[in-house]
Amino acid sequence: MNNANAPKISNLADLYAVAYGIEAAAVERYELLAAQMEAHNNPDLVVIFLDLARAEGIHRDEIRRLAEEADVDVFAHAPRVAKWPKGESPEEVDAGAAHYLMTPWHALELALGAEQRALDFFSSVAASAKDAKVKRLAEEFMEEEAEHVNLVHRLMRRHPAPPEAWAADSDEPVAQD
Amino acid sequence: MASLEQPRVYKQADYRSDVNAIWCPGCGDYHVLLSFTRAFAALGRPPEEIVVVSGIGCSSRIPAYTNCYGFHGVHGRSLALAAGLKVTRPELTVVVASGDGDGYSIGGNHFLHACRRNIDMTYVVMDNRVYGMTKGQPSPTTEPDFDTALSPGGTGLRPFHPLVIALASGANFVARAFSGAPNETADILVEAIRHPGFSFVEILSPCVTFRPDEKEWKTLVHPAPVAPTADPAKAARRIMTDDGFNIGILYRGDRAPYQPAVGPGRVDIAELEKDFEL
Repeated sequence: MNNANAPKISNLADLYAVAYGIEAAAVERYELLAAQMEAHNNPDLVVIFLDLARAEGIHRDEIRRLAEEADVDVFAHAPRVAKWPKGESPEEVDAGAAHYLMTPWHALELALGAEQRALDFFSSVAASAKDAKVKRLAEEFMEEEAEHVNLVHRLMRRHPAPPEAWAADSDEPVAQD
Repeated sequence: MASLEQPRVYKQADYRSDVNAIWCPGCGDYHVLLSFTRAFAALGRPPEEIVVVSGIGCSSRIPAYTNCYGFHGVHGRSLALAAGLKVTRPELTVVVASGDGDGYSIGGNHFLHACRRNIDMTYVVMDNRVYGMTKGQPSPTTEPDFDTALSPGGTGLRPFHPLVIALASGANFVARAFSGAPNETADILVEAIRHPGFSFVEILSPCVTFRPDEKEWKTLVHPAPVAPTADPAKAARRIMTDDGFNIGILYRGDRAPYQPAVGPGRVDIAELEKDFEL
């Protein structure tokens, strides 16, 4: 992701709205992947993607609560400011990377990339913020994302990388002949 | 007594049915479905005032996944069905979903004449350049060197150019979108639905199973470098010379949409029914 094209954050309302948009998009993407895995009978992945969606959902709801306390309506503000190049916000995993035989390790690898991008984004906002309140809030979000990165690393130790032939399928889809 | 009820604000979820979408994991059509529901929410029309019509193919599963009225029709005939619907119920928003096989091969002739008639509806073709549902046969937009067991050495055939054909046939709005950019695609769909007349939106939507090479599309797409024109000749020239990955609205025409004849000449439905009485 190119942060040069990221939404412009001028004040706290912008930051709340952008952060809310990032988390909401992440929830939507994980739920979409869970649905795909359910349709293709990969129940381990359904659990993992739904857990990830739930975790992002907690973060999303917390941001909304904080925004309400600061008198910011994220629902109204997010569609105006939370626009990303090619429609992908940093924490959205690449849905095109889904595969019907993917393993928990693959799901976590995707999640790790998403969390790292979100961490990079909030770090860059914190580093470039001119407003002290924006800087402080961006740093809080940065810390949260850093915790998520650490969490995914820990989870990956529970789910080691699969063998190289993980995508081998004895009944693979082949063009009709 | 005046109602104090506020107009309902619709959310994306209001347009999504509870049917679990069944496409291959990673399929671009999942994102197109997201774009549909986002666009409908942005338009704010109640689901019962929108009709999603389709033909046959992977992309044509979409009506079942929305909460709008829907019709999963006959192969290649979605535009004919939608035209009849829009003419008789002009107050409805009619969106037609198709794929490159359904829309350009089996339904190719309907495509030409739907553009020509310029009825106020939106035609969305999810183009993956292959017949995915029937296991990977070349479609009208498949590259000539697509080498498979079914087309050894490739078909050698020049691909169909749907956007230029739409322009030449009289479509009033022409755009290209990419499934991997669901927000931008939703914005284009909103514009297409709002634009009077026949709007054609081609969405590049990768088939990850039979065309895994299309996963690279996300690195190839880019915004169209110029604003849309109202000059069909200029638009055609731009489209003919682009790399096939320009994303955005490429043509906005101002041709008046087709209006069905009204008055004494119009066939009365009750009269018509009498003719068919047994």
